[in-house]
Amino acid sequence: MNARHWFNRLFISGICLLALFALVPLFSVLFYVISHGASSLSFEFFTSLPAPVGEIGGGIGHAILGSVVLISMCSLISIPLGLGMGILLSEYSQKPVSRVLGVVVELLSSIPSIVVGLFAYALVVRPFKGFSAHAGAIALSMIMIPLVARTTEEMLKLVPRSVREAGLALGLPKARVILSIILKGSLRSLTVGVILAVARIAGETAPLLFTAFASQHWFQGLSEPLASIPVQIYTYAVSPYEDWHAKAWGGALILILMVLGLNLLIRIFLPRRKDG
Amino acid sequence: MSMRGILQGFLLLPVFLQSGEVRAGWLERKLMVNGAGATFPYPLYSRWFAAYEKEHPTLAFNYQSIGSGGGIRQLLDQTVDFGASDAPMSDEQLKKAKSPIVHVPATMGAVVLSYQKPGLKSPLKLSGEVIADIFLGKISHWADPRIVELNPEEKAVLGSPDDPDILVVHRADGSGTTSIFSEYLSKSSEEWKKKVGKGSALRWPVGIGGKGNEGVTSFIKQIPGSIGYVELVFAKTLKLPVASVRNAKGEFIEPSPRSVTLAAEGALSAIPDDFRASITLVPATGAYPISSFTYILVYDRMPKGPGRTALYGFLDWALRRGQEMSPGLNYAPLPAPLVKRVMDRLARSEQESSRP
Amino acid sequence: MKDIPVEKNLVDLFFRRTLYGFAVLAFLLLGGLFVFLIDLGLPAFKEVGLGNLMSLEWNPPLKSFGILPFIYGTLVSSLLALVFSTPISVAAALFLTEIAPRRIGAVFGFLVEMLAAIPSVVYGLWGLFVVIPWLRTSVEPFLRKSLGFIPLFSGPIYGVGMLAAGLILAIMITPTITAICKEVFGAVPRPLKEGVLALGSTRSEMLWIGVVSSSRSGILGGMILGLSRALGETMAVTMVIGNTAEISMSLFAPHQTMASAVASEVAEATGVHLSALGVVGLVLLLISGCLFLFLRWSLRKGGYSR
Repeated sequence: MNARHWFNRLFISGICLLALFALVPLFSVLFYVISHGASSLSFEFFTSLPAPVGEIGGGIGHAILGSVVLISMCSLISIPLGLGMGILLSEYSQKPVSRVLGVVVELLSSIPSIVVGLFAYALVVRPFKGFSAHAGAIALSMIMIPLVARTTEEMLKLVPRSVREAGLALGLPKARVILSIILKGSLRSLTVGVILAVARIAGETAPLLFTAFASQHWFQGLSEPLASIPVQIYTYAVSPYEDWHAKAWGGALILILMVLGLNLLIRIFLPRRKDG
Repeated sequence: MSMRGILQGFLLLPVFLQSGEVRAGWLERKLMVNGAGATFPYPLYSRWFAAYEKEHPTLAFNYQSIGSGGGIRQLLDQTVDFGASDAPMSDEQLKKAKSPIVHVPATMGAVVLSYQKPGLKSPLKLSGEVIADIFLGKISHWADPRIVELNPEEKAVLGSPDDPDILVVHRADGSGTTSIFSEYLSKSSEEWKKKVGKGSALRWPVGIGGKGNEGVTSFIKQIPGSIGYVELVFAKTLKLPVASVRNAKGEFIEPSPRSVTLAAEGALSAIPDDFRASITLVPATGAYPISSFTYILVYDRMPKGPGRTALYGFLDWALRRGQEMSPGLNYAPLPAPLVKRVMDRLARSEQESSRP
Repeated sequence: MKDIPVEKNLVDLFFRRTLYGFAVLAFLLLGGLFVFLIDLGLPAFKEVGLGNLMSLEWNPPLKSFGILPFIYGTLVSSLLALVFSTPISVAAALFLTEIAPRRIGAVFGFLVEMLAAIPSVVYGLWGLFVVIPWLRTSVEPFLRKSLGFIPLFSGPIYGVGMLAAGLILAIMITPTITAICKEVFGAVPRPLKEGVLALGSTRSEMLWIGVVSSSRSGILGGMILGLSRALGETMAVTMVIGNTAEISMSLFAPHQTMASAVASEVAEATGVHLSALGVVGLVLLLISGCLFLFLRWSLRKGGYSR
């Protein structure tokens, strides 16, 4: 009995230890990103172009602007499409189109991001002979659309049936009920879904490597290559220059602040999701 | 609601930036001259561009250092205005071009053996055969008698036979630096020639691959016991040690702009009219054996227009003023007689294109 | 949820048609993905043939396009990640559902989810400058010294390599597996747990027999989902695996995965080389597609929810 008792204790504390072990990387990443990244943040870092290779100084302003442009283009494409698909999935769930779409959306979201990049390369870069912001935005949208569609579906399904019935009982067409009552009522949770999707694609690197590619200049038009924070981090990280490493950490800090900040904000402001 | 305003502004940003008014002001749209290719001369080119853009504020040079292989491909696909390569294009590649391509030698550099072996007092001395055997994996320890034989004074540091392995770092991408290095090794070692050969990417018997000169240098810097080949400027910038290499005259030569220029001068008369030349293992006193030109590749009959004027104007500038900047960055300026030949060639192409 | 009958009028019709249009677009995207990837990869089949593609040697300048080293790299690094990640994920899920007080559990759960929110490229950066020096100076020399007689732990130590990739991947898939295990453990009926306790077993025996053992198929499902994440993971792996198309027994040796090969070579590839990378992408797509179908099938069969 005593042995069993000790074994029990050992087992439970072993589990706790292993579980805590899962968090070590999180704290380590945060520690290094903050301690290495903070020192390179400066006014110049946000507003300047990179200095010539090997020279110290400059910033990644062009990549920050580039990321904002890419995210905005991608949102412009993905939010309406994702919302539409989500509505179809939730409000017309009995229709065969909706059932097939459900599988397609899940399949799309399971495709590795690098494959998505390859697709955008074959679709846009190859025929138009050149890397472009368009190609990058299309690649990112392929990732964002399923995300938005799935969260929209989930959120709309939380709306009680009685709301729909009440709307229809007023004699409103179903389209009106969906747009003016259901969507409006879930505006807050839908926004959260969209923000989470944005947080996710903001850090995507692989689909941009050979679509939006990279550039050392400010935004030059949508059909030109465009720099972005994640690709800049990658380029700087694998370079041999210490100044660039510091800039990579700085870029990582911006990304982390954005991603974790958005996630935290949502935790704080979102009413708890109902289970079920 | 202000939240909505922020959201709308955010979503309409691309449209806004794309529109004419913005360009006229802050984000003035410049004439883009796009180039891609070698990583080897990138540090020099990036300073050339910065200096030239200062003199010509309406121009913007966009250069992607993706490796010589990528530069040649993008030039052939006509996705860039100029390519850049360390090794000259092969006849087969030139045949694929839709119109003739001119090789413009831009500067010269040295491929150096850089390593991380703490404790060595002076630069390591290496011969072609030993380098080949290291990269073949036949010499796998720093204490190998053949390395010690070339560096007897470092015997104590190179250590006992159980001393750390030699960790080979090479390029993972198609690279002109690899072409030059493997050409040199093929000239130095029969076994290398048979087993591996020369090319811009190889089947490496040992080692890890880094992307670009940058990637290889950063591996060397991070991994004690490593050795790899990079362009001189990368090793110098990061204060990594570089080996002295035995040349065709049997001297151990430290890589420097001077020893590269000696190699080029030794080979001057043998440089053909299309400038596609090798200057590895040139039999000249004081010449560094793994020297090379690096080229800017342009279309001979590029259509007339602002793009051509900008590019050819830049080339002219690079051959005159640009050369003065080279030595400070550990590149070797082109010998004056060669500069003259190149400028004559470009002038001829200028005449051709102005003919109807 | 049942649809509520609607009277058909023009507004509804128009609205529905628009939504159908979106759905068609989604089908087209998926179809287009296959068509364009096949179109990209086809020249490789035609010009160098299946035999070449299925060989062990990847050397584009010499016209060798064997993709087996990449498949090997992908499978081994992902399996390695599963080996590291599964015990930790199971423990984390047990901790969350059975051991920790509610409040601590909630915070812990949030932190584990944050592990999934960190972008891949940041993991790569961290891996390159934090994990790899640690592996190179302490872990790998120790392993080689004590277990060097096993081929897995022999050979030169670079730091970058299979072990680094497996380790980083393990961190990245831990939230996925933990989330599934959490659901599965939560679904274990209370009476079962109470019954096991009533038979006089300790809490640890209850956890092991009552919870973990009875959820084996669910844990397996979580592992497969984790596997499918790991297979396609790109940036972090590209930055730490060493970019070498070789098959080597040693976990210290640099390798290349399918995803990292595409990521590091497409921008400079040309002709058949580009096409062969298209084939690599296609194989990756097919493997992840198969895993997806298998998951769906087992989800339906197993009856546990995600």
